[in-house]
Amino acid sequence: MQNVIEIENLVAKYGEKVILDGINVNIPKGKITIVLGGSGSGKTTFLRSIIGLLEPAEGTVKMLGKIVNQLDEKEQEEVLKQIGVLFQNGALLNSISISENVSVPLEKHTNLPKEIIDKIVESKLSLVSLSHALKLLPSELSGGMKKRAALARAIALDPQILFCDEPSAGLDPITSVNLDELILKLKDQLKISILIITHELASIHRIADEIIFLSKGKLIFQGTLEEAKNSGIEEVVEFFKIGEF
Amino acid sequence: MLKISQNENRIDFEGELSFSEVKQAYDTLQKIIKITNQDLIFDLEKISKIDSSGVAFLDIAREKLKSKNLELKIFNTSQDIQEVIQTFSAGKVALNLQVKKDGFLESIGDSFYGFIQNLENLLYLISDIFFWSIVGIFNRKGARKDSFIQQAVLIGVNSVPILGLISLLIGLILALQSAEQLRQFGANIYVADLIAVSMTREMGPLITAIILSGRSGSAIASEVATMVVTEELDALKTMGINPVRYVYVPKIHAITIVMPLLAILSIVIGIAGGFLIGYFYLDLSFNAYLKETLSVLYLKDFVTGILKSIAFAWIIVISGCFYGSIVRGGAEGVGKATTASVVASIFMVILADSLFSLIFYF
Ligand SMILES: Nc1ncnc2c1ncn2[C@@H]1O[C@H](COP(=O)(O)OP(=O)(O)O)[C@@H](O)[C@H]1O
Ligand SMILES: [Mg+2]
Repeated sequence: MQNVIEIENLVAKYGEKVILDGINVNIPKGKITIVLGGSGSGKTTFLRSIIGLLEPAEGTVKMLGKIVNQLDEKEQEEVLKQIGVLFQNGALLNSISISENVSVPLEKHTNLPKEIIDKIVESKLSLVSLSHALKLLPSELSGGMKKRAALARAIALDPQILFCDEPSAGLDPITSVNLDELILKLKDQLKISILIITHELASIHRIADEIIFLSKGKLIFQGTLEEAKNSGIEEVVEFFKIGEF
Repeated sequence: MLKISQNENRIDFEGELSFSEVKQAYDTLQKIIKITNQDLIFDLEKISKIDSSGVAFLDIAREKLKSKNLELKIFNTSQDIQEVIQTFSAGKVALNLQVKKDGFLESIGDSFYGFIQNLENLLYLISDIFFWSIVGIFNRKGARKDSFIQQAVLIGVNSVPILGLISLLIGLILALQSAEQLRQFGANIYVADLIAVSMTREMGPLITAIILSGRSGSAIASEVATMVVTEELDALKTMGINPVRYVYVPKIHAITIVMPLLAILSIVIGIAGGFLIGYFYLDLSFNAYLKETLSVLYLKDFVTGILKSIAFAWIIVISGCFYGSIVRGGAEGVGKATTASVVASIFMVILADSLFSLIFYF
């Protein structure tokens, strides 16, 4: 299998409003793919359609060889087990502590003894430098800490695919560099395929293998960083020149 | 696949040390640790893949041996495997982190379309909630731990003071309003009948429902809306957890138990309020008032009161969950959803109350 995700003619709507209008794209296995596009261009919608939170109005999304919205409950659980999602706002469960948040997917999807689960939780939280915050509630963390805790939860099960919606937005530069290093490690050591929505040019330079660019509901570019800079597509070239939308 | 073979204190692992295999490795380890009194050697030469659960297993093994003053030696790890161990070994390696506007007709069409779609969603939500509420009684898996008690306290106990105060005032007001008329006819004692019947059949459950709409309904709506806005509900879904079961059902269970208790409390306090007027203004004795009250109340009145309060309870929770779940926009949307939920639930409670009056007493 060359691609972890294959998308054919994806149309996504909210009510009658068309957000994505016929997207065809494959996401390669074992690589870091960056999704670019201006604010409101439908990046989050794209991600929600892939992971099955938003039913496509038309077209199909195949993830790990299975069509996402045609699965029965069991198959769906199998697929969900293999993906981790870092949401734009972190989306930690507010009523339980950070370490409990990270253990939720482990308890749900594995039959591992508590001792091992606790160890995994500890290890994932130390990866994002939150060892000192295990017992805190999400409301007691800063924005950047929440993001990191949410990342720890997203990688709790060593997923095959990791989705991150603007992981470094609102982080200080050092934290953001460290986050990128962690993401590279996950790719190299665990062979995780990673899809990241981000605008941070520096971060893109550090981690991008592949770039896809959304604009006005269409996919206007797919290729490597070098290809993007030399693509001659005005909006794409412009972004890499200025570094913002 | 994982194969484990033991040769004295040397244990060979072959295959994968990953999420699906670690349980097996752990169980084997438990047995070995129990009887061993020498250091252990893990040979990982034939391990083809390790992930964070495998590393956690190695950490646990090391700790368990250490607590018996023994050591774990890990042999023959390849470069790749060493890297993964370094990454995930707990506590050791830490990252150093510090439009266009619609016309009038179009917008009418849109809102009608929206209404139909919402109605459909509402029906789905209601059937989901009831299905999982019933399943949830028998199977607690998939619900939040302790959430039932927590919710019961949140919804119930915290409302007691305000509910008690208002019920007392309502009892006083009802009695005062009627006292003057009754006195003119020398029918003082009937104030007890009046208060007992109206509190039990009508006012008790209704006051409780209205207060809980304001207090708990709004809290539920804003909690759910916040969970939507912060993508918490999405996160639950992607982790394979049913949000209805995890978030809504404990609320339904808690309120179904708590609401009738609160309604009874309200009835009792309301009657007490009536008694105060009877005692100080109409010269009724405690015994006479109590006797009259008990003689006029039938079991049916109590049962309908309780049934009503349960129905009101469900309306409040469902309204909160529904308006919370259809929130749009950010923090601002949360406020709107909360307001809409309270208005709708008070309206629906009163509507339901009139229906009950038709059914039970007409
Ligand atoms: N739940 C929703 N209902 C209606 N419209 C939405 C909803 N979520 C997003 N939108 C709209 O869809 C468009 C794309 O949003 P989004 O995918 O979040 O953009 P991005 O992540 O690229 O900033 C925006 O115009 C936004 O207003
Ligand atoms: Mg977004």
